[in-house]
Amino acid sequence: MKKIEAIIKPFKLEDVKDALAEAGITGMTVTDVKGYGRQQGHSELYRGAEYIVDFLAKTKIELVLNDDEVENCVKLIVESAKTGKIGDGKIFVTPIEEVIRIRTGETGSEAV
Amino acid sequence: MTLLKKLVYKIKFLSLLALLLSPAMLFAADTLDTGDTAWMMVSTAVVLLMTPAGLALFYAGMTRSKNVLNTYAMVVGAFVVAFVAWIIAGYSIAFGANDNATLQMFTGGFNHILLNGINWTDLSGTYPTYVFIVFQGTFAAITIAIASGSIIERMKFSTWLVFVFIWTIAVYAPITHMVWGGDGALLFDAGALDFAGGTVVHMNGGLAGLVLAILIGKRTGLNKTAMKPMSIMLTALGAALLWFGWFGFNGGSAFGANAIAGLAFLTTAFAPAVAAIVWMLLEYMTYKKITLLGAVSGIVAGLVAITPAAGFVDVTGAFIMGAVGSIVAFYGVIGLKKKLGYDDSLDAFGIHFLAGLWGALAVAFFALKDNDLLWDGPLKESGDRMGQFWVQVESVVVVGLFTLVGTVVVYYIASLLTGGARVDEEEESKGLDEALHGEKALNL
Repeated sequence: MKKIEAIIKPFKLEDVKDALAEAGITGMTVTDVKGYGRQQGHSELYRGAEYIVDFLAKTKIELVLNDDEVENCVKLIVESAKTGKIGDGKIFVTPIEEVIRIRTGETGSEAV
Repeated sequence: MTLLKKLVYKIKFLSLLALLLSPAMLFAADTLDTGDTAWMMVSTAVVLLMTPAGLALFYAGMTRSKNVLNTYAMVVGAFVVAFVAWIIAGYSIAFGANDNATLQMFTGGFNHILLNGINWTDLSGTYPTYVFIVFQGTFAAITIAIASGSIIERMKFSTWLVFVFIWTIAVYAPITHMVWGGDGALLFDAGALDFAGGTVVHMNGGLAGLVLAILIGKRTGLNKTAMKPMSIMLTALGAALLWFGWFGFNGGSAFGANAIAGLAFLTTAFAPAVAAIVWMLLEYMTYKKITLLGAVSGIVAGLVAITPAAGFVDVTGAFIMGAVGSIVAFYGVIGLKKKLGYDDSLDAFGIHFLAGLWGALAVAFFALKDNDLLWDGPLKESGDRMGQFWVQVESVVVVGLFTLVGTVVVYYIASLLTGGARVDEEEESKGLDEALHGEKALNL
């Protein structure tokens, strides 16, 4: 089992969700996050007082999948979240030790 | 009660008109005119809206979200306290006659304390004196409310309210008397032109703000932490309400439903529009971006600049006064404040004082030589514009000095009475909404 964390541009969330849903991936957790990487921040101007905003708004998607689905999922996220410009985001894949479904108590790949 | 000289002129003019039209209307000026009364009541109500809605939103929107309610409360608090001070003693000192001729130059008498001696049937020209009192009371209240913009996010609410009460009686009322207080009043007799309060309201309030900002000191973390406005939307809405109310402020200062009010309407609509465009151009040239905050700041600067001249100038005068008013205020906000390093937080000084100062001086050059419009002064008497300019300079200097000294004194009294004017550092960092009022602007 693997966890996929993808930091993407907020306006791409719908595209990513649709692409994954089409491939049968049905669940995810979405969080609004802030951060910065290579993309620069922006500035705000109030009566001549200029504020540099270092942290940009991004969206983080988290999914836990069985190993055989990971490659396809990563491919779909890359395709659907890509604009080709700096700031498209990153995907992190990490191993997961255990998954438990609270309602039934199922564990392992059945609970994914 | 000594009638205002402008009212006397108007009555003379109306009497003359009445005489020409019909002998039976000879005494028309001494009776209540329903049109004038209706207009003055409407004007008063929309001017009232300028403070607890217009200015309050204008300022609160520019405040950090942890201090929004405190900023709003300072404006509302200023209005209610100043209005009560006005009824108690302000009106009497401003518009009551003083039997002593020397004192009459600077201050009215105490014969109308708590409106003593004024009856509901009394008229101020062609409408009830009570309407005049309320109309002028809304001016008193907005003047000190303007000053609050310089000192937001750091002053104790108690000190502020005490300050407002004393200041309205001890500083605002005498200044109003000097400018508008009728025969024997210093600047009134000199023939200073101030249609609706460029000196009395805007220079006065803006300068009081700067003095307070210097006395109370900068906000903690200024220029180190980001001090971003909570919502420019609120500020823009506030500016729109200010503009709306200003039709009563300037239009009502014609003291009747008449052609002078019509002129004031035109200039009150036109000058701010020009000023907003100028501000946007200046911003674009300086920062390559046009901001909404800039556009609405331009509107307010234009309104302030045209206020002393609203019923004296034509469309050309309104254009120039609005445009230059905007340039002056833009410089005050963008340049002067940074250069001198004071924390005039919401630019009460930068916009109200500087644009008001410009308007008060420029009226000498742009006022029409039309004796039906002019009240008094060298321009009216002999077409002497330079002479009028020096009278305007005199009024600016007198008002400036009186406000400067008066504000310092009243600040220390208010500070003494309330055990210090400033909140402590912990309260300041927590935010005044929570620390002082126990409220939050948004519970999301």
